[in-house]
Amino acid sequence: MANLVAVVGIGQTKYQTRRTDVSIAGLVREAAVRALQDADLSWDDIEAVIIGKAPDMFEGVIMPEIYLTDALGCNGKPMLRVHTAGSVGGSTALVAASHVQSGTFNRVLTVTFEKQSESNAMWALSNPQPFSPHLNAGAGGYFAPIIREYMRRSGAPYDVGIKVATKDRLHGARNPLAHLQLPNITMKEVEESPMLWDPIRFLESCPSSDGACAMVICNETLAAQSPKRPAWIRGVAMRSEPTMYAGREEVNPQAGRDCVADVYQQAGITNPRQQLDCAEVYVPFSWYEPMWLENLGFAEEGKGWELTMAGATSLDEGGDIPWNCSGGVLSSNAIGASGMIRFAEAARQVRGDADQHQVEGATTALGHAYGGGAQFFAMWIVSSEKG
Amino acid sequence: MSQSEILSQEFELGFTYTRSTGPVVGRFLTALRDRNIVGIKGSDGAVYVPPMEYDPNTAEELSEFVEVGQAGEVVSWCWVSEPRESHPHDTAFAWAMIKLDGADIPMVHSVRVEREADMKTGMRVKVQWADEPRGHITDIACFVVEGAESPLGAAGMNAKREMITGMEAPIYLKYHFTAGAATSRFLGKVRQGKLVGQRCPSCNNVYIPPRGSCAACGVATEEEVEVADKCTLESFTIVYIPIPNNPIQPPYIIANLIPDGANISFIHLLSECVNEEIHIGQRVQAVWKPEAEWTYAMDNIKYFKPIDEPDVPIEQIGKIPAAGVPAAGAPVTGREG
Repeated sequence: MANLVAVVGIGQTKYQTRRTDVSIAGLVREAAVRALQDADLSWDDIEAVIIGKAPDMFEGVIMPEIYLTDALGCNGKPMLRVHTAGSVGGSTALVAASHVQSGTFNRVLTVTFEKQSESNAMWALSNPQPFSPHLNAGAGGYFAPIIREYMRRSGAPYDVGIKVATKDRLHGARNPLAHLQLPNITMKEVEESPMLWDPIRFLESCPSSDGACAMVICNETLAAQSPKRPAWIRGVAMRSEPTMYAGREEVNPQAGRDCVADVYQQAGITNPRQQLDCAEVYVPFSWYEPMWLENLGFAEEGKGWELTMAGATSLDEGGDIPWNCSGGVLSSNAIGASGMIRFAEAARQVRGDADQHQVEGATTALGHAYGGGAQFFAMWIVSSEKG
Repeated sequence: MSQSEILSQEFELGFTYTRSTGPVVGRFLTALRDRNIVGIKGSDGAVYVPPMEYDPNTAEELSEFVEVGQAGEVVSWCWVSEPRESHPHDTAFAWAMIKLDGADIPMVHSVRVEREADMKTGMRVKVQWADEPRGHITDIACFVVEGAESPLGAAGMNAKREMITGMEAPIYLKYHFTAGAATSRFLGKVRQGKLVGQRCPSCNNVYIPPRGSCAACGVATEEEVEVADKCTLESFTIVYIPIPNNPIQPPYIIANLIPDGANISFIHLLSECVNEEIHIGQRVQAVWKPEAEWTYAMDNIKYFKPIDEPDVPIEQIGKIPAAGVPAAGAPVTGREG
């Protein structure tokens, strides 16, 4: 049986296109220091550091964890690097949590980052491959056909994605750390933005950001000494499946369904829409909101878009289950950190520490990340209550 | 299959990185450009060259820069008798740990002497500046024996110019890529104008291109199955942005295509069509290049184009036998091969 553990410190950088004033170490450091400050701790209080980022190709620094040991105060301490593509921010948080849940460490620092301005990140994973026609048109090119299939199956109106893109940017405008600040964005503006990978428009896609996110996770005893309210980790789950096999369900992946069933079971969630107050879910392209609403059991299959269109996921429309109040991946996307930002923002909500994008009275929230060809899933449930 | 039939290819992966240095590394590179060397003082009073951003003992931010000497002592070294292309010199040289005067921690750089016998631990060396410093570690062209003539570059220009805040760091990786047995077999058949997949002995699904295994069942696939060059559109995207270094002009359609007789899609171009009329379930066929141009590549197929056949019902996509769409009422199992 896992020990009860909690998030007691959260630190993030402001997400933006370029952070030319800092090195990678400086960027990572900024988030880590803020997490320590939030927990009122110093480097000596940390027993181990768990770091994650997306593929090394994004910055061209191979095994950056080696170079980042000084910046993260790792001298003489265990350091561990996690990598699960775009879900890495989530799985890094889970690896960190499991090291405390198991009793291996009492208190750990976990940090994720991406400094995408150091490369042309949109194409970093779409390079030519030997013996293959070069037809890899970026992440959007990969996900667009899957979105098209969702649209066909569900018969959703064409503007569901447009609505999500608008809603998440309005959420982002409440969060000063969000990369995109578009307080006046309209559905018309999203609709008129250029088509990139039909059916995905420019404004239905995530930006490319520099940024880092960090958390301090500790055991129950130490959490009780924490100056601010802890976010208790009530459920943790990861699942993966192969990218390609015959008959693979790509729209509603089995690994996602299994992962969420596991995390709900741990946290005693039987009706997510009713029992959760909000969710931070990895939505890099707008249509993934209705798709994940179904995959995560907030709506039955084919009906996720109805929640979106009814405003159920919108903070501004007073929805009953706001998704991505921080602005989500559609407002900030420092890839390696994006999953952890979801986990950290879920924790901020239940700590009552989310300022202008706080869901009033939130006690229980879901953090979610996915990566690769929608084949890696990482999720946690956090709560203001120990349960 | 013999080793000689396994295909391999030289392959270069390149990225043009731009790196922001931050204030500490930036200060070091700025000093190099001006033909000076700065270190930084750690919490234990030791001077680190190149300067560290954070103290390795206390993890505190470091900021006390110290200018150090341009000569020092070789603490350790190794001899490179046959330099490789990526090495900084094209004749034999030494990599050395050099403790500069005024520094406590040695730095790595190259030492150029005529022969290995000229290298000695404890020997004194001095900086040989590059002709045109630009704010990079290679502004130190190398170290040479102290007292030797320096043909280039006086020390300490002290020019007041902008701080270095970034640098370009392009990386080109050269691979010798081996395709493996399944891909080699597949491409060998593509060279003959045939699409040949492999059937999973466990779930009976036909994979194309074959990967030598079924990811769902975790078993090896060996049985070869020729599939048709007629396909059904599983899904697609119309791309409006160019792929870097690719001549295809947008908008172009990248389609997920399942050939008759196969149970999984691959991607290829769709052309000779009205983009707005393309839809899931549509029937298409390969347009091959002239046979004389065929090689070990899927590029032997220029693109796919729509054909005049009725759409495949959604539930039958991925289950059409190699012989094509069966007549109405005929059973469809997708396992006929």
